[in-house]
This record gives sequence, C-alpha cells and structure tokens, in this order.
Amino acid sequence: MKNSPYILSLAIATAATLGAAPAMAKGKLNVLCSTDTDWCSLMETSFEAETGIDVSLIRKSSGEAYAQLRAEAKNPKIDIWWGGTGDPHLQAAAEKLTQVYKPKALSSLRDWAQNQAKVSGYRTVGVYAGALGFGYNEDILKSKGLPAPQCWKDLTKPMYKGEVQVANPNSSGTSYTALATFVQMMGEDTAFDFLAQLHKNINQYTKSGSAPIKAASNGETAIGITFIHDIVKQVKKGYPVKAVAPCEGTGYEVGSMSIVKGARHLREAKVWAEFALRPDIQTMAAKANAYQVPSNQSATTPPGAPDFDTLKLIDYDFAKYGAADTRQHLLQRWDNEIKSLPR
Amino acid sequence: MKHSFIPWLLLGWVGFLLMPWYLLEDGFWSFVWLTDGYPTDLYYAPAILQGLLGDKLWLLPIALPLLAPLRLMSLTKNDPRYSRYLIYSGAFGLIYMMGQGFAIGVTGWQFAGLDSLFGELEQQQYGFGYGAMLCGLSFLILLTTGLAARGFLKGDVFVTGSIGLIVALVGVFVFFPVSQVLISAFMDNDGAFAPTAFLGKFFSDNIWSLSCLSSGYTCGTAWNSLALAIMTATITTLLGLSFALVVTRTGFRWKRSLRLLTVLPIITPPFVIGLALILLFGRSGVVTQFFADVFSIEPGRWLYGMPGVLLAQVLSFTPISFLVLIGVVEGVSPSMEEASQTLRADRWRTFVNVSLPLMRPGLANAFLLAFIESLADFGNPMVLGGDFDVLSTEIFFAIVGAQNDQGYAAVLAILLLFFTLSAFFLQRHWIGKKSYTTVTGKADSGAYMGVNHGMKLACYMTALPWAALTIVIYGMIMFGGFVQNWGYDNSFTLQHYQDAFSIGWGEFGVIWEGAAWDSLWTTLSISALAAPFTAIVGLLTAYLLVRQQFKWKSTFEFGTMLSFAIPGTVIGISYILAFNVPPLELTGTGVILIICFVFRNMPVGVRGGIAAMSQLDKSLDEASLTLGANSLMTFRRVILPLLRPAIIAALVYSFVRAITSVSAVIFLVSADHNMATSYIIGLVENGEYGIAIAYCSVLILVMLVTIIGINLSVGKRRLRRTESISHTPTTSSPSFKEKHA
Repeated sequence: MKNSPYILSLAIATAATLGAAPAMAKGKLNVLCSTDTDWCSLMETSFEAETGIDVSLIRKSSGEAYAQLRAEAKNPKIDIWWGGTGDPHLQAAAEKLTQVYKPKALSSLRDWAQNQAKVSGYRTVGVYAGALGFGYNEDILKSKGLPAPQCWKDLTKPMYKGEVQVANPNSSGTSYTALATFVQMMGEDTAFDFLAQLHKNINQYTKSGSAPIKAASNGETAIGITFIHDIVKQVKKGYPVKAVAPCEGTGYEVGSMSIVKGARHLREAKVWAEFALRPDIQTMAAKANAYQVPSNQSATTPPGAPDFDTLKLIDYDFAKYGAADTRQHLLQRWDNEIKSLPR
Repeated sequence: MKHSFIPWLLLGWVGFLLMPWYLLEDGFWSFVWLTDGYPTDLYYAPAILQGLLGDKLWLLPIALPLLAPLRLMSLTKNDPRYSRYLIYSGAFGLIYMMGQGFAIGVTGWQFAGLDSLFGELEQQQYGFGYGAMLCGLSFLILLTTGLAARGFLKGDVFVTGSIGLIVALVGVFVFFPVSQVLISAFMDNDGAFAPTAFLGKFFSDNIWSLSCLSSGYTCGTAWNSLALAIMTATITTLLGLSFALVVTRTGFRWKRSLRLLTVLPIITPPFVIGLALILLFGRSGVVTQFFADVFSIEPGRWLYGMPGVLLAQVLSFTPISFLVLIGVVEGVSPSMEEASQTLRADRWRTFVNVSLPLMRPGLANAFLLAFIESLADFGNPMVLGGDFDVLSTEIFFAIVGAQNDQGYAAVLAILLLFFTLSAFFLQRHWIGKKSYTTVTGKADSGAYMGVNHGMKLACYMTALPWAALTIVIYGMIMFGGFVQNWGYDNSFTLQHYQDAFSIGWGEFGVIWEGAAWDSLWTTLSISALAAPFTAIVGLLTAYLLVRQQFKWKSTFEFGTMLSFAIPGTVIGISYILAFNVPPLELTGTGVILIICFVFRNMPVGVRGGIAAMSQLDKSLDEASLTLGANSLMTFRRVILPLLRPAIIAALVYSFVRAITSVSAVIFLVSADHNMATSYIIGLVENGEYGIAIAYCSVLILVMLVTIIGINLSVGKRRLRRTESISHTPTTSSPSFKEKHA
C-alpha cells in the first residue's frame, strides 16, 4: 500500500468534486447574452421574476458566442442566444446552428427586424437596431482649434491627421458593418479609395468595435467611429463627447436573437423569445442604459437614441454582406490594400 | 498487504459494481441519485447493471481485466505470470474502455463505418462518470505495476505509477485536445481536408512580411511577437536578477516590502496595468500632460504599440523572473564564494566567475518563462497593442473576429508553438550537462557575499525606480475604483463598490446583492482547488525528471512543458472541441476549468521544481535510500521539505494565474461557473471601468492576503544554520567578516 501514489488519486478524486453537471431543475434556461452586462442582468432578473424559470445567463461578445455555438454544435449547452450584432446570428443560421422559429410577435415588428428573420429563413429575428456614426471629443477639437466633422468625407481631411480611430474589420463586427456600409454607399472601388484616404488620418485600428469612442472619451483620440448608441452611452456618463449621424447617410446593425438547434430547454427558450419581443420589455431597456432602437413597433424608443425616421439609412443588404464569400473578399481586400499602407 | 496492486484493483471493482458509470446531470455530489432510483435506474446504474439490465452489453467485458488479476493473489512478484497478467489486464481495460467510449456516443455509433457493420444502434451513452473514472485509474495502475514487476525503473512501483499517471493525464488533457485543434490547421472552414490552404495561410504576408524595416508598411505578426518576446525576456531577467541580488546580497532596509512589491504585478488581473499605463502615459495621461505643460512637449501616442506592450509586459513578468531567481540566488552556497575570495578573487571576479555560472539554470529558466509568457500574453497587447499585432491576439481574433477562420488560428498556433519550443531547446543546450549542485548536506555554513559597490549601485538604480513605478501604478488602480469616471471626472464615489459588492439582509440571512459575488466565489473556489493539484503534479514531474533515469525522458519533459507553450486561446477552443462530447464530457462544469488551470500552470511547478531540485545533491536521496526509505518516503521526507520555496512558488503562482488568466477561460466559463476575469472583460468592453477596477482591486487584495498566508504557513526552508550577508565594503578576510555577521 505504501508504494502506491495514493496522494495523486486522492487529488484527482477531489478535483472531480466540481464535476457535477449543472442541475436540471424544472423550467430551466441557458441564455447566451451578447449585449452589455447591465442589459443582460436586467433581462435575466425580470424574466425570472415573471416566469419562475431558472435562468443561467452568460455574457459573451457576439464573436465569442458564435465561436462557442460552433464548437458546441454536436452537443449544445446553450438554449437561446439573445442580443449581439446580426451578422454572426446570420452566419449561425446559414450553418444551421440555430433553429427555425416564428415568434407570434413577428408581424408587429419593424421592417428591418422582420427582414432579418426572412433573410435567415426564420432562424433569427431582430431585437433592436443601432445606426453607425462617429463621435468626437469636444475638448480636444476645441484645444486644437478644429471644426466638428459632420460627414464621412470630413474625416479624410488632412487637418484630422492622426485623430481618427476605428476598429479593425478583421476583428470587429462593428467595423465590418462600417466597411460594408461604405461599399454599399459608394461602390466598392470608390469605397476603398475613401478608406485609403481615411487611413492617413487613422492613428490606430483597435481590436474591439466600441474601443474608439472610449478612447475619444478619455482624450486618447479626437474622433472615434462606432455605433451611435455606444456614443450616446458615453455622453450620458458625462464624458465630453458628441455623437454625429453622418450627412451622407449611414448603415446599421440589427441586434438579433436565435434559438439554438438541439436546445435542451426548447419550451423555455420559446417563452424567452416571446418575452424578449414584447413592447413593455423592450421599452424597459432604457433602464439599463441601452440606447438602441427596439424592434417592436409599440415599444418606446429611449430618449437620446438615434431616431431611425430622421436618419438617412441606407438600404443595407444583410443577405449579401453577411454572406461568407463577400465578407472574405472585402476583408482580404482591406488587408491587402489598406491595412499595411504607410501613413 | 501482499501485493501493492490490490487496493487499486478493489477501486476498479468499486467503480464497476457500485458507482454510477455515466456522468450525472444533477451532479454526483448532490447525492440525488442515491434516493432517486439507484442502482436500477439506468441514469444512475453502475456498469454491471447497465450491462445486465440496460442492454448495454458492451460494458460487460470490462469485468474481464478486473477478474484476471484475482488469479495473482497466490503468486509471488517474481513469477513471470504476475507481470504478464497485470500488463495485459491494464492495457486491455484501458484500450477497451476508451474504444467503446469513442465508438458509441449520444447518437449511437460515432463512426460511419460501424453503422454498416453492426447496423443502427438504438442505445446511446453519455460521458464517463465516477464509475468509469475509477475503473480507468485502476487499469492504469495495474498496467504500471505490471511494468514495474517486469523490471521497469528498477521495479520501483511508485516511480512507474507516477510516470504512467502523468503521461496519461498529459495525454488526455494536453495532447488530445490540442491535436483536435491542430488538425483543423489542415482543414478549410467546412471541415474538409485542405493541405494547400495550410501552405497559403502559413506563408502569408500577414505573418512574415519584413517591410517595416525598409518602408512605412507594417511587419508580420511573427516578427513582431518574436522581437517583443526577446526584448521582454532579456529585460525581465536582468531586472529579476537585480531584485534578487538587492534582496539577498545587500543590506537594503526594506527587503521584505520589496519582496512583496515584486509580487504585486503578478497578482494583477489583466487589462489593469494597461489601463493604468494609459492613464499615466497615454495622450491625456497625467505624466504626459505634465510634460506637455512644463516642457511643452506635444502629447504623443507612443504608448500604443510596441513600447507600451513592452513596458506593460516587463511590469507584469519581472516578478516571475524574480520568483525563479530568488530561489536560485539563495541556493548558491556561500562556501563556494568564500573559497573564491580566499583565493584572492575580488567580489566582481567571484560574482562573474563563481556565482553567476552557478545561477545559470535559474537565469535560463527565468528567460524562458518570460519569453514564453510574452509570446502567450493576451491582455497587454489587447489594451496597448495599437496596430502592433502579435500572434496571441491574432489567434483570438481569427477565431472570434469577423473572419471566423479557425484554420488560420491553428496555423498561427503552430507557429507560436514552434517559437516557444525552440526557446525551450536553446535553453537546454545552454545549460548543458554541468553540475550546479551547491546544497549538499555536507557541513556548509558561512555568510552570503555582498555584491561589490558598482554592482550594488546598478542593482539599486534599476530595481528601486522600477519598484517606485510599480507603486505608482498600483496607487492609480486602487484610486481608480473610487472615482466617478476614471481619467475624466475624478470626484469621489463608493458607487462602484456598492454595485459590485453590496450585501443585504433578508428573511433568511445574508443576501449577496452585488453583481460580482457569484463570479468571485466561483473564481476563488476553483483557483483554490487548482493550486494544490498544480503544485503536486508539477513537483512530482520535476522529481521524476531530475532524479529518475528512464527511457524517453526528454520526450516526457517535452510533453509536460508543452501546455505552457500553447496560447490560452488555443487551449480554450481545443478544450471545447475535445471535451464537449462523450466519453469525456466536461464542458459546463467547474472541473474543466480546474483541469485547464492545472495543466496550463503545471509547467511552472515543473520548472521551479527542476531549478530547485538540481541544486540538491543526490547524495541526500541516496542517504535516505540507504537508510531503508523507499522513493515515495524519500520524496516526502527529504526532497519536499527542501523544496519549500519551489512549493510556495508553485502554489502561489497557480492560484494567482488561475484567478488572473483570461484567454483560455473565455471559452470555458458557463453560466453556472463564471469566472471573475471573463466578467471583468465584459465590463471593460462596455467601458464600465469603475466597476471593473473596483473588482480588480478586490481581487488584488484577496490574492495578496493569500500569498502572505501561504508564505507564513509554509515557512522558509532552512538550508544552513546561518543566513546572513556580509556588509564589509572591500576586504574579503573571513575573520573580519565573521565578526560582522
């Protein structure tokens, strides 16, 4: 006996203590949430309070969430994926990682939300929308004596050299939306000319999509390109930034929701889906400082959110620009023609 | 007891006859299964009943290798049948168990060929549970005991068993998952085999371009990573040595606080150092603004890119070098230095020709660790990288970014692996086969030689400003949790702490209201569980490597070091790929996190153990063995007590790394087991710096308390009767020195 490595076996046995698989209580739901933490927990608590279903919620960015769904495809642990930009939801739909579900509220949703469902073959549906724009730090522009930019074209003016930030479209869905927006607005070749000019003013391509406006808030850059609702959030926090809806018009994202194929708690997932599309629940988002436009027509748009009726929104082709080959082509071209250019 | 394998065989029988064979949905330790239909309910049934009642006939043959060794009871160890039976039983049991586990899964047959061979299978099986685990362990030990009886490793059952166990663990938890992800380097995105795509990705300009040397274009990620790692490793090793010398070889007054200070950066959650550096040296940073006001230097953005990442990495990794080097510098025997001085060498010559060469393994280890850490570092390049792309972040974004190209990620991972492994071999080559033994068990007293004046000055000049910078940074962090909007609106508030850590009183006692409690408890319990396992596995491996001679030793060493060289992102993805489906179904549990930490941090325990153990003379073991102790006893009673600094380092390091690691964890956390860092990332992504920093400060405090606690409870190893340092300025006369000491 004394020859045996019993310490180790003891160790392994104890390690396995935490190996207990999560409990399967009656009425349980595993939610993958890709919005801000505040909004995630607001949804979790109000859903639990109303339905009594025990929610296990984890927050991951939409890229991480999509990677997890792909990895778990053979044996999914997540029941529903709520929030996060629409492209990865569409990709998941295209790979049949999510399942067809037509929520009852579908007809009372705004056009872009219904369109999102249609494009995906009803594997996903729009929950909210956010328009692309840019924000600037008033203090910095003032101290440098620069005028506030109003249009996309303004951002290429030499006076803003080294003052503009945007994320790398290879890493950020936000920035890919921007790239696709420019291509749809200007045509591909003109768009890449524009990007090459813009490149001279860019001080850094960040990894995360909302990083540029945070850098602008802290004065690390003067101008950041990102979604307007992210800029509004910084404004409400008290930073000296201003949001701009560009004069030429702009593109937008559709934050979506998908039920995972092979969900273990399908009934509860459907309850969540209906819950998340209700007008009162969508109106509640303002409490969590979410300034996106809700998808239900009867929900109230939070004050400060971009008004989709007055914005010049382009007719964003989600099917084409969400597709894998268009994406690969544009990203490749961006890598080859823009990223490594000298400034 | 007559045969050492008997308890292990019993364990196997318990696993087969009594324990639930499959993974339980409600968890084993809830013991719901005991009252809910066990043993006949097929969710909970042990293998024997699964086979007899549940039509899972393929489980019954597992009894055979458990029956066979029963015949050995009457035999002696020297009987050739003894070893043969054990080897056959163990090997058959293991192979059969794994084979059936992989062949039959949740959806019946897992390989297309089996469908046509045996027809559609209606039964399904879930992941291995405790019954299967015990059986597997039993088979493994039967096998190694049999091999020992064959004469492997001089018939040492403990050593054979340990090697077998470590090989099995590393195989299952490192090689198996990583192979899954590396295979995908040769796949296109749809999972088809595409070797040409591999070549295209591998030789792409994104990785290998050198155009930054000749023009304004950017260089490839491979060169960026490599240059950064070499610089970081060089600087941290020098700084670490300088700190170690200040603490052990000078009369510096605040040694103890210096020791603590150098441990600070290691207990820092990722992102925080980067954020603090931005607030100090960023364009609107305090220091930058000061220089702008006083010297009217235009505020620049130099921090974003290589200089910033280098600064942050050196801040983060110097303590690792220090932890490695302090043990080594302390371990250099004063008598060697005294001998040199007696022979009229001055302090400088003694240091260069005696002390420094004796520290070579430590220096090489420190360099290697920093090099690998820098390559795998994720948090700092993430925050400060700017356009300076390195491999680790590129891998992450290749997987989660808009590209979603797992193949490219795998290619980058292979490259990263290649770099770290090259470093590993270079380091081995450099240390060579010389003897560095200085702790011998022979009479060995004396005072440490102080370093000479210039050297002392140099150490002070490097270590102290660095320490000051560290203090400032931590001051900034602690301060950051108490202000409204860090860096902009610096008015005092307690709001962030309230949001994260408020506690309420309700009907049933305390209510943990704050948003952070959940992830904090999970993090602490998982890290605390992982730390001792890491230390045990690591030191045991080190013992085997340093003290035992066996075939394939260098392969064994390579295998145990491998996990350190694999970037966390790759580990995370590979664990999901490997452990999401039966037979090893671990995703969504806490165990997957523990296992991930143990095998990721094990190499630190191994290296620390090796560095410390190669200074212990083998005569100590031999003495113990001559006096009749076996190898287990020797390990426990002689080696372990002398390894205390290494044990402390391994415990502290693994605990702290588990708390602060990010890149692997992101993929492995689940709703029920969320970790602090992944929670903090969410906060940082949303710009909730206040709460994030408040949370980080609390983590830092917790880790600090733990480190002090561990240090106090494990205590200091006593190598010699006196541990003093001579302060004499010039003369090296021993008699003079003794008076002062």
